[in-house]
Amino acid sequence: MSLYTAETRRLTKRRFTRFFLLGVVLVLAAVAVGMFITNEKSTPETVAAAQREADQNYQSALQQAAQDKAACEAQANPQDNCADMWQPQPSDFQAEWFMPATFNFRKQFPDMLTTLAAILAVMAFVIGASFVGAEWNSGGMMNLLLWRPRRLQVLGTKLGALLVALTAVTAVLSAIWTGIFTVIANLRGSTESMTSGAWQSIALMELRGLVVVLAAGAIGFGLASIGRHTAVAMGVAIGVVVVFQFGLGTVLALAQVKFVDAYLIPAWAVAWMNKEVKLEDYNSCVPGPNGCEADTLTLTWPMAGGLLAAVVIVVVGVTMWTMRKRDIT
Amino acid sequence: MSAVLEISGLQKTYRSRKGVRKALDGFDMVVEAGQVHGFLGPNGSGKTTTLRTLLGLIRPNGGRMTILGREVPDSLPEVAGSVGAIVESPQFFGNFSAQDTLSLLADAGGVAPVRVTEVLELVGLRDRAKDRVKTYSLGMKQRLAVASALLKNPKLLILDEPANGLDPGGIREMRSLMANLAASGMTVVLSSHILGEIQLICDSVTIISAGRRVAAGSVADVLESHTTASIRVRLEALADLTASAAALRDLGAQVIVESDHLMVSGVAQPSAITRTLAGRGVYVSELSPVVADLESVFLELTGTAPVAGEHRQVDQTIMSPTGAAPGGWGR
Repeated sequence: MSLYTAETRRLTKRRFTRFFLLGVVLVLAAVAVGMFITNEKSTPETVAAAQREADQNYQSALQQAAQDKAACEAQANPQDNCADMWQPQPSDFQAEWFMPATFNFRKQFPDMLTTLAAILAVMAFVIGASFVGAEWNSGGMMNLLLWRPRRLQVLGTKLGALLVALTAVTAVLSAIWTGIFTVIANLRGSTESMTSGAWQSIALMELRGLVVVLAAGAIGFGLASIGRHTAVAMGVAIGVVVVFQFGLGTVLALAQVKFVDAYLIPAWAVAWMNKEVKLEDYNSCVPGPNGCEADTLTLTWPMAGGLLAAVVIVVVGVTMWTMRKRDIT
Repeated sequence: MSAVLEISGLQKTYRSRKGVRKALDGFDMVVEAGQVHGFLGPNGSGKTTTLRTLLGLIRPNGGRMTILGREVPDSLPEVAGSVGAIVESPQFFGNFSAQDTLSLLADAGGVAPVRVTEVLELVGLRDRAKDRVKTYSLGMKQRLAVASALLKNPKLLILDEPANGLDPGGIREMRSLMANLAASGMTVVLSSHILGEIQLICDSVTIISAGRRVAAGSVADVLESHTTASIRVRLEALADLTASAAALRDLGAQVIVESDHLMVSGVAQPSAITRTLAGRGVYVSELSPVVADLESVFLELTGTAPVAGEHRQVDQTIMSPTGAAPGGWGR
């Protein structure tokens, strides 16, 4: 327990941890302020203004259509059928299309949760890598092992302290994030149709977000520990983005591989957070009741969760194995 | 007297694409309780590898080690609380203060926080304890490293180059600290290249070269067993040096001709020198026995004395007469 306390203190005392966390909070605050400014609550005045604008657009369209029809008839050929030209309908100009943006909590907050999870995952990866990478690089790990010559216990406790701290930060920020957007929805949108089931769904999504954050932290920690330097984790992260996301994506697209997105991380991340994602292959033709339809592939959250768990198990497993086997020089 | 530290037949081999290198080749060492023990060896001889292996940082390929009567590395977790150590240059996280660094170690090791203040006072860092370590000089970092090793109030203290970077006052303080610790019953193993200090501080020494022990015992015994009983002979006239050297060689002595004197060894009685030279009309102005110091014994045993016009490579020792050390890369 004393080792765990010491590691938690070490993590929270680090200036890098504090500054990075502060930066993340500022970015999140900027997102929240942006959403507050760019949304507006729907009132009878804004509805009336939108209706007026829709009507004006409808009238303009009518006039334009009449002019077009007159021009058509003036130079009509026997083959032209000017009577069949498009005639604007009131339903083509609905007032809601002219409404200012309004924050619908039920529809839009899930995207905000994905944003939160993504930002916190980046933070977790970098802090996790730096936490152990700096220890290896500065010789602190060796000092610690002279005090506690149980390698796996030391590294495991360090990882445990990191994950517990990340859990606490994510839980607190998720709660604040939800509260802020509830306020934004009340002031600049609506919280209508937020039933207990909807809130439960939000809570489960936040839980999945927490899993992503913890996985990112563990992977960053593991890679930096395997390479014994923070830069190794960063290098791998950049390599994965460049090679797998851009390089592999481009190559697979050129090769016209089906469901290219299934090989890229974002699709799996969305599948995990939104419970599923449906990928479509627009080059294919599957006969259906409405004619030719695109072939689809559905990625579900259990599939994404399994993949995430496999990556975490491999990285943490290799981390522990190298800690146990390699000399500390 | 019981042995606090025992190493026998320790082996460590490094393999790489360049070949196999034996860093430790059956190394032996014994340190008795309450002693200050010097651990000497040229660069690359295996000192740090030995200490790292002893402390569980490196896995040996063979041999046996015990600390306080317990087999290590298996029992290291049990004896770690009684062993304070610094290995190689002191390394700490630069953005933490000395107070934070020691406090975190004390937390991890279950040491009372009051001990942090005590050791900071002991090593002279009390007034700079709240400064960040990256603002420290090498000597101050060294003091912090010694403080971290003393934090547990260990029974066995292992210090690798503790005087590195210290100013003359600091070296003297370190010497006095070692003496006080030994007087309090602590056993100290000291690795250093400052051989004058080792000779002053240590009760016993072990000398390692190319991964093997080349000498061990009390400082006095090691000096005595490796003193060649040389005698410095100065003559009234420098012009007589060469002829006198030849006369002494005829007597069966080994003679080295220096610029202004002769170094003579292998004669039973110094009087034989004066008698021989006087018989040839050469008169001696100085005849003094040369007492070997630890440095000259070290250089002799390890074969690392500088030779004019040659650039010795790190693996070139007396264990490797042909140049490349037996333990060197490519073996």
